[in-house]
Amino acid sequence: MANERRNEDKAVAAGHIAGPGLLPIVLQVNGEDHDLMVEPRTTLAEALRGPLGLTGTKIACNHGVCSACTVWLDDLAVASCSVLAIEVGERRITTIEGLAGQEHLHPVQEAFIAHDAIQCGFCTPGLVMSCAALLARNPHPDRKEIETAISGHLCRCGTYPHVVQAMLALGTREEPDLE
Amino acid sequence: MNDEPPRRREQLPFGLAHLGLETVERDIPADEPPALGPNAGLRQIGKNAPRWDARAKVTGAARYTVDVALPGMLHAAVLRSPWPHARLRSIDLSRAAAAPGVHAALGVAEPLVSGKPIVLRYVGQPVAAVAAETPALAQAALQLIDVRYEPLPFVTDPDRARQADAPAVYQKPELDKVPSAGLPASAAVYPLSGNVLGPENRNSRGDVAAGFAAAAVVVDGMYRTQVQTHCCMEPHAIVASWHEDGLDVWMSTQFTAGVRVQLARHFGLPLSRVRVQVQAMGGGFGSKSQMGLYGRTAASLSRLARAPVRLVYRRDEEQMDSGNRPSSAQHLRIGARSDGTLTAISLHSHGSAGIAFGAAPGGIASALYPCPNMESLHYDVFTHAGPSCAMRGPGNTQGAFALEQSIDELAEKLALDPVVLRDRIDPSPVHREERRLGAERIGWSQRRAPASDPGPLKRGVGMAQSLWPANVQLNTACEVRLWRDGSVEVLSSVQDIGTGVGTVLAQVVAEELGLEPAAIRVRIGDTEFPSGPPSYGSRTTASITPPARTAAWRVKEALFRTIASAWQVDAQTLIIQDGAIQVRNDPHRRISWREAAAALRTDRISATAGRADDYAGFRHRSGDAAIALNDLGGAQFAEVEVDTESGVIRVLRVVAVHDCGRPINPRQIESQVQGGVLMGVSYALMEERILDSNTGWMLNPNFIDYKLLGAQDAPDIEVVLLENYQGFSASDAYGISEPANIATAAAIANAVYNAIGVRIRSLPMTPAAVLQALGMVPGGRH
Ligand code: FES
Ligand code: FES
Repeated sequence: MANERRNEDKAVAAGHIAGPGLLPIVLQVNGEDHDLMVEPRTTLAEALRGPLGLTGTKIACNHGVCSACTVWLDDLAVASCSVLAIEVGERRITTIEGLAGQEHLHPVQEAFIAHDAIQCGFCTPGLVMSCAALLARNPHPDRKEIETAISGHLCRCGTYPHVVQAMLALGTREEPDLE
Repeated sequence: MNDEPPRRREQLPFGLAHLGLETVERDIPADEPPALGPNAGLRQIGKNAPRWDARAKVTGAARYTVDVALPGMLHAAVLRSPWPHARLRSIDLSRAAAAPGVHAALGVAEPLVSGKPIVLRYVGQPVAAVAAETPALAQAALQLIDVRYEPLPFVTDPDRARQADAPAVYQKPELDKVPSAGLPASAAVYPLSGNVLGPENRNSRGDVAAGFAAAAVVVDGMYRTQVQTHCCMEPHAIVASWHEDGLDVWMSTQFTAGVRVQLARHFGLPLSRVRVQVQAMGGGFGSKSQMGLYGRTAASLSRLARAPVRLVYRRDEEQMDSGNRPSSAQHLRIGARSDGTLTAISLHSHGSAGIAFGAAPGGIASALYPCPNMESLHYDVFTHAGPSCAMRGPGNTQGAFALEQSIDELAEKLALDPVVLRDRIDPSPVHREERRLGAERIGWSQRRAPASDPGPLKRGVGMAQSLWPANVQLNTACEVRLWRDGSVEVLSSVQDIGTGVGTVLAQVVAEELGLEPAAIRVRIGDTEFPSGPPSYGSRTTASITPPARTAAWRVKEALFRTIASAWQVDAQTLIIQDGAIQVRNDPHRRISWREAAAALRTDRISATAGRADDYAGFRHRSGDAAIALNDLGGAQFAEVEVDTESGVIRVLRVVAVHDCGRPINPRQIESQVQGGVLMGVSYALMEERILDSNTGWMLNPNFIDYKLLGAQDAPDIEVVLLENYQGFSASDAYGISEPANIATAAAIANAVYNAIGVRIRSLPMTPAAVLQALGMVPGGRH
């Protein structure tokens, strides 16, 4: 125990260990830089929902299984409950609040509304983020590809059929305009 | 003089729309609106208006209880029993209360009988709680609570609990304090022997022995169902704020008005000083109907700390201590004559709701198929496990699994098609039509004999019938306001737990006022508005849409009177057409909605209506609750593929044919039926709470080991909605949530039998269970 303690002190002194107190970090969220102080153990989901007030990102399991907390790091959809805020670094974070343009909703959001791919809506922001990420890399996903892309999401209300329907409709629309 | 309000005769649409409608004459209260025509002639009702809060939900703007943050808000954490059964010797909160950032600490475990020692009865039972400035400080403070437990012998397995020498969960004098998993009655009315409470005699009638003696064929089976947890994606959550005038609460609840009553009673406050709100709500499925100990805890901590307190369960707390669907063990025997006529039904059931009672497998076995001789005896088995509560289609979901497999087995013994047998013994023409439509869609006529596929992959088709009472909440009110600028609001404390009741309210009001649903501002989920119904028991739409329409109609009548007096015409001659008010047959006397509203004498007018009795009366009423004359139901057909080498069952297709009276928003109903089916598939194949019998701990209190159905496991679901008019209320609409869940597992089990020729009588039907049923690996209960 004492040895461990000494090793830890040495590591802190050498700059190898951060914390356990508050650390200053900068998060680039939805195109804007935010300075904040977080404990090393603070997850990205907690940082977004707490100090940044971006509560659209939901925490349902907090252990990386349900994908309710999905956000983008650069172009990658990740479970923000399983990423520490201090490890995000320079990467661009996009949350559900940053997905829509000024004027228009994102096509995935429009499609979710049109096909009623929503019930209680608690899992919905996460699903929208994963579906939008899928569409960005594959404008015409087929059923299998859609199901694979959302396979990590849990929706207790059972919106999967309407989510798939919404995404299939998007994939077959006339002009895929994702900007 | 009698003070019955005056009544008038009204002709209302009647029958199944796709078969042709008739009318029925009913005597209705004079202050109810005129008959509403069938959906085909309506502009808003029966159409797929987009969900009222869809935009907020897809943009992340929707505000759930977990998102509520108040100035100065503290965070609560709960210390839970590590023992499945223990006496609480002492508890010392002083170090925790003095810890940095902690503002309040509280013991929450209480003795069942006052003056007796505090006994803890399941792992995860709340013992104490603290409120601190951050969640981490609250969590840390729990470690400083000094608790002395005296562990006692315990039992978590219901079969073991039934043995005479099993450790007892309760003593007789404690029975009237036992929590109920749904039934209002006290457990104390039944005899207790060891851990077995009962029998509860449910609808027994006739002479069962004579009935079996008269039977040509008897089927006899033992069916078992597991404990399922609700798994709401939004955990149980509350923010409670005491202030000088009373108590404000934000809560993820299925019943704002009911929670207000419970809080007011518990804390001795007048109803007028307790406010309960919920905006967006992340699912309940029966587990968020009450104030709960967690609700009391948050409010007490807030009072103590003089600050708002937020309490949100972690997922493991959800799994261990937020309710569950009780297990069941059902011994079901059915006797029939050779033509299928039922002569006797005997159901002896045991069920465990943990430390709660009320684990009966519903009334479906005695209600679905009439039978003169019925014996239904139910026993509750207490175990040292977290209490059950209602869960989507409570009782009947477990009951249907046994009943509908037995009926299929009976059909096989009688060499009758399962649908044909049901048509003979089920007098409901609506059910018959559900089965006819479902059979057509699934291709029932192509169904083959059991185990027809020669290879290892075997396909099969099966069906089951669902039944649920058409519940109505009488204590339901709704207000409609019209402002002088023409804007309209609909207000009720009713909460939208994901069903889309807000959309439905907007559609009903828009229909009556000749407006678009998007023009109606929906204000719900707040007890400052007229009290709405709970969102449980599939009663919300049936309860709230008639008063919503009635209130809108009364506002319209008031506006008509204003215009009529200005125009010097009879108000009766006014109609709304294309967004304008005009004199019938005189398009020149016409005024836009906005202009008409501008003529109001005051800034706004309003009408509040209550839920009138169903026009043809109720089957049953008690307190605020009533049961309509009709039943809710549906038939579900499933096609499965069983891999007999791996034991994996894939559900390929489900056809779900359902009746909810007049459908108001077919697409939202389709969403809800899909949800019910998927929860049923998940129940049938995957979900099970597993308790360690050596420690009493739940082994899968997470989403990793507790398996929930995902998109890749979801079958194709075809939803067929009947349009069933009965002339029962101003909207003639009923609920859908529970019936959509009840038949699914049974339909899948019947399809599995058709695929492999072996009947699986236990849930969940995991690969291991399938291989055991096939005799390919040892073990199992078959
Ligand atoms: S909350 Fe992050 S995966 Fe469930
Ligand atoms: S919509 Fe409720 S959990 Fe997905």
